[in-house]
Amino acid sequence: MTVWAAVLVAGIGCYLLKLAGLSVPASVLDRPVVARVADLIPVALLAALVAVQVVGDGRSLVADARLVGLGAAVVLLVLRAPFLLVVFGSALVAALARLLT
Amino acid sequence: MAEQLDPAERTGIVRDGLGVGIATGAYGTSFGAVSVAAGLDVWQTCVLSLLMFTGASQFALVGVVASGGAPMSGALTALLLGTRNTLYGLRLAPLLGYAGWRRAAAAHLVIDESTAMSVTRESRPAARLGFLVTGGSVFLLWNLATLVGALAGTVIGDPRDYGLDAAVGAAFLALLWPRLDTTRNRVVAVAAAAVAIGAVPLTAAGVPVLVAAGVALLAGVLRTRVERPEVGR
Repeated sequence: MTVWAAVLVAGIGCYLLKLAGLSVPASVLDRPVVARVADLIPVALLAALVAVQVVGDGRSLVADARLVGLGAAVVLLVLRAPFLLVVFGSALVAALARLLT
Repeated sequence: MAEQLDPAERTGIVRDGLGVGIATGAYGTSFGAVSVAAGLDVWQTCVLSLLMFTGASQFALVGVVASGGAPMSGALTALLLGTRNTLYGLRLAPLLGYAGWRRAAAAHLVIDESTAMSVTRESRPAARLGFLVTGGSVFLLWNLATLVGALAGTVIGDPRDYGLDAAVGAAFLALLWPRLDTTRNRVVAVAAAAVAIGAVPLTAAGVPVLVAAGVALLAGVLRTRVERPEVGR
């Protein structure tokens, strides 16, 4: 039930954030602090999500096959592979690493 | 509408929009598979794609749930990531010039790809066409692909055997990658990752990511302070 609540709250909230952008006067963005912080928030959040997703396990930190998978993702990104290849390539490498250890 | 698009320009915009739509929509399969691996059911997964319809936020919500966090802290992370669509909207509003119910409908299609495919256009009809073709085709395919991925994900057994837990991190990294084009962004990314890792043993799951958002706020505000003397020069 709490998952449903989260899905609906975040879903409706994300729509309202989009609508707000189309409705608010552009002058709000002219304030440099607003523009800069808004620009940096996705960078900080995504980087934190990568870190927590790869080495976090509840409240402990672990190095396992996910780290190998992330390494594969970096290599694929450097090679300019498309999104799907990066995601499933990384999964494949992690699965193989798990199989071998 | 006073301005008319010439057929060649129209064809080019439609072709580019569909290309982006197909490429982006297809990775809905990875969202569907990752979401059911995180423990959401097929319905919740599909409602996320239909209602939220913004990839990074969707991955964030299921990522927090997958790591054992409270669903509501996942929702908060998703909303924070969703704020960038507000900025896109600010840039799109004068270009698209929609009002009333058209604006309310168009708002749902404000995402990374539809914005990228319309802000570069020179006329309103071209911007609207790029926005609608890209946003519409991503919406259709993203939702179909989510369903396919979710159904496939429910029949494959333990997602860890297929490395799907690693796929979430790879998806976030791929979304982050194009934003690492400036030194400032790279520094903020490394700092945020370090803060998040440091916070993992100290806080409940889902919280480290929110703490890292504080790094962005701090960097934005401090940077302004540093710049101020230069303005007076």
